[in-house]
Parts: sequence; structure tokens; C-alpha cells
Amino acid sequence: MPKATNTDDPEGPDGVQIDLISGERMENMATMEKIRMILDGVHDGNIVILEEGLTPDEESRLIEVTMSEISPDEFNGIEIETYPKSKTNDSSLLGRIMGGEESTAKLTVIGPANQIETLHKDETLISALVSRD
Amino acid sequence: MGLFTELKDSISRVTDRLFSEEEPKRIGIYGPPNAGKTTLANRIARDWTGDAVGAESHIPHETRRARRKEGVEIERNGKSVEIDIVDTPGVTTKVDYEEFTDEMEEDDAIRRSREATEGVAEAMHWLREDVDGVIYVLDSAEDPITQVNTMLIGIIESRDLPVLIFANKIDLDDASVKRIEDAFPQHETIPLSAKEGENMDEVYENIAEYFG
Ligand SMILES: Nc1nc2c(ncn2[C@@H]2O[C@H](COP(=O)(O)OP(=O)(O)OP(=O)(O)O)[C@@H](O)[C@H]2O)c(=O)[nH]1
Ligand SMILES: [Mg+2]
Repeated sequence: MPKATNTDDPEGPDGVQIDLISGERMENMATMEKIRMILDGVHDGNIVILEEGLTPDEESRLIEVTMSEISPDEFNGIEIETYPKSKTNDSSLLGRIMGGEESTAKLTVIGPANQIETLHKDETLISALVSRD
Repeated sequence: MGLFTELKDSISRVTDRLFSEEEPKRIGIYGPPNAGKTTLANRIARDWTGDAVGAESHIPHETRRARRKEGVEIERNGKSVEIDIVDTPGVTTKVDYEEFTDEMEEDDAIRRSREATEGVAEAMHWLREDVDGVIYVLDSAEDPITQVNTMLIGIIESRDLPVLIFANKIDLDDASVKRIEDAFPQHETIPLSAKEGENMDEVYENIAEYFG
């Protein structure tokens, strides 16, 4: 299986690689595989966009693993934003009863904290300001 | 009829006793760095047990290990609950030691950030495994709609943990409790100032009622 990581020359010019990962591709991955793929991308300086986002449990593990990989002057952690804005709004009792499994369909953008100056979001837009050093 | 009432009374006496002998509930105090979690934990512990839980500081990530105060018994309006309070490190997705170098030596800043990351990882673990309920503390003067808050509330909801949202620092001029209520309308929001001790009656009423 091809890896969704930086295939460019590692010295890389001042470009920014964006990995857009489809829901289909994530579907059969285990939690840790997803987290590894995301963090490998982010460690390479890429912006990772997930078509379908993560479950709350996966998000909690993503935070935990991110913390364990932070290292002074090398990796400061991640910026993350999701759209639609608040997943909590439709996890109402009714939503859960009707939906059974909670839907995770929410576009999620993740990037390296030290390169993303602001990851800004409003109702209809997520914009990332990426610094080129 | 009389028999029924009597029966009901004796059943509820039995269940009362059962519940009072239950293990104390473990209530995690979560929220972003600097929201006032430790200040709150200390106030609760001082009010009901006489001693404190941990150090408070204006520098984020003062708490870097989850700290527990066991067997805190809170009583209000005839309702009583015994809880273990767990004060946790403020949750974040990033830690940059350079943010502390104005306040301390580089070595200490690096150590602080390393401990902070371990503490946050530990706090996430606790949330998945070891808490029975959550008090989510927010600084009312800050925008509550952040990715960390949204994610954490989502994680708490997905585990079906009972949660109360505490809108702290209402003594500040730019505090807005409404902004917090609007952000998380599905949960009960209680305004307070942990530092000044404002509205603690309502805080204890809600804890006794909700986690009892
Ligand atoms: N004005 C005001 N300041 C408060 C209040 N509660 C806490 N603070 C201040 O906010 C700062 C942070 O308080 P802490 O209790 O250390 O916050 P924390 O959430 O435990 O922070 P971390 O452990 O770093 O995540 C300190 O300077 C406190 O004095 C409050 O109700 N009003
Ligand atoms: Mg603290």
C-alpha cells in the first residue's frame, strides 16, 4: 500500500504538502494506524485533511499520542480543526438513538503547530496560515 | 395504600444505605490550561476537608500530574455525596517550552513542557478509564469555542459521563457566562469565581444534586 507521506525530496523546497485522506481509505484502518498515518504526515510538515474525521475515542488517543511525541525544538504538537463546527450539537439523545453508531463525518484538518500560525475556522471555512520557516 | 407507602419508604431506606456505602465517585476536573481547575479543587477541598490539593499559578501547565483528594463529602439541602476530586493538567494539543522562557530558565521551561505533555497524556487516559463524572472548567473571559473544548466535551459525551460546565472567573470584567451557555447548550452551566468564592452555594448544590 502506498504511504500517504512526503514523497518529495526531504530537503523539500518551500512548498507545503497537503494530504487529503478519503473516508474510504480510513474505513478499514485500526485506530492506531490512523493516528500513526496522521502524525507521520504532520511530523513531515504536511497538512493532513481527513474527509471523515475521527471518533471521539480516536481524538482522545490522538491527543495522548501527540503529547508523547512532543520534543523541545523538534515537535511542538498539532493544530486541529473540524468542520462542521460542533459535533456535540448533533450527538443529542435523539441523534444517538436514530443514528445508532455515532457518525464521524466531519472534515478534519490537522497540521504541525510550529508551522501553522493560525488555523482559523468559521461556519463555512477553515483556513490555515502556514509559515514557510 | 398504607402498605405501599410503607414498603416504598423501607425500600428507599435500603437503597439510601446502599448508595451511601458505595465507593465515592471519582470526579475529574478537566478544562484548558489556566482555567482555574486547581483553584477550584483547592477551594472545594478546603471548604469540606480543610486542606488543599495543589499549586495555582498564572503560568499555564502548573498542574502536570493528576492529583487526587479522596473522600470529600459535600452536603447541600439534605443531599450528600462523597467524591474523590481529581485535579488534572490542562488539556492542549500543543506545548512549546519557549512560551515559558520569559518566566524561567530554559532548562526549567523544557522540564515544565516535558512534564506537561506527560500530564496531559495521563489526563486523557484517566478520562477514558478512571473517572465517573466530569467538572469542565472554563475561563468565562475566554472564547469557549476552541477545538480542545469541543473535542473534550465530545469525548466526555461519547463515554456518557455526567458533566457539569463551570463558567469560572466571573469576577473578571470581560467574563461572559452566556457565551459558554450558548456554546454548550446541552449541558448545565454554573457561573462562579473559584478565586473569590462567588456563587459556591450553587456550585455545591449542583455537585450534590448531579453527582449524588
Ligand atoms: N480572576 C480570577 N482568577 C482566577 C480564578 N480562578 C483562578 N484564577 C487564576 O487563574 C490562574 C490559573 O489558575 P489555576 O487554578 O492554576 O488554573 P489551572 O486550570 O489549574 O491551570 P493548569 O494547572 O495550568 O492547567 C491563577 O493565576 C489563578 O489565581 C477566578 O475565579 N477569577
Ligand atoms: Mg492546575
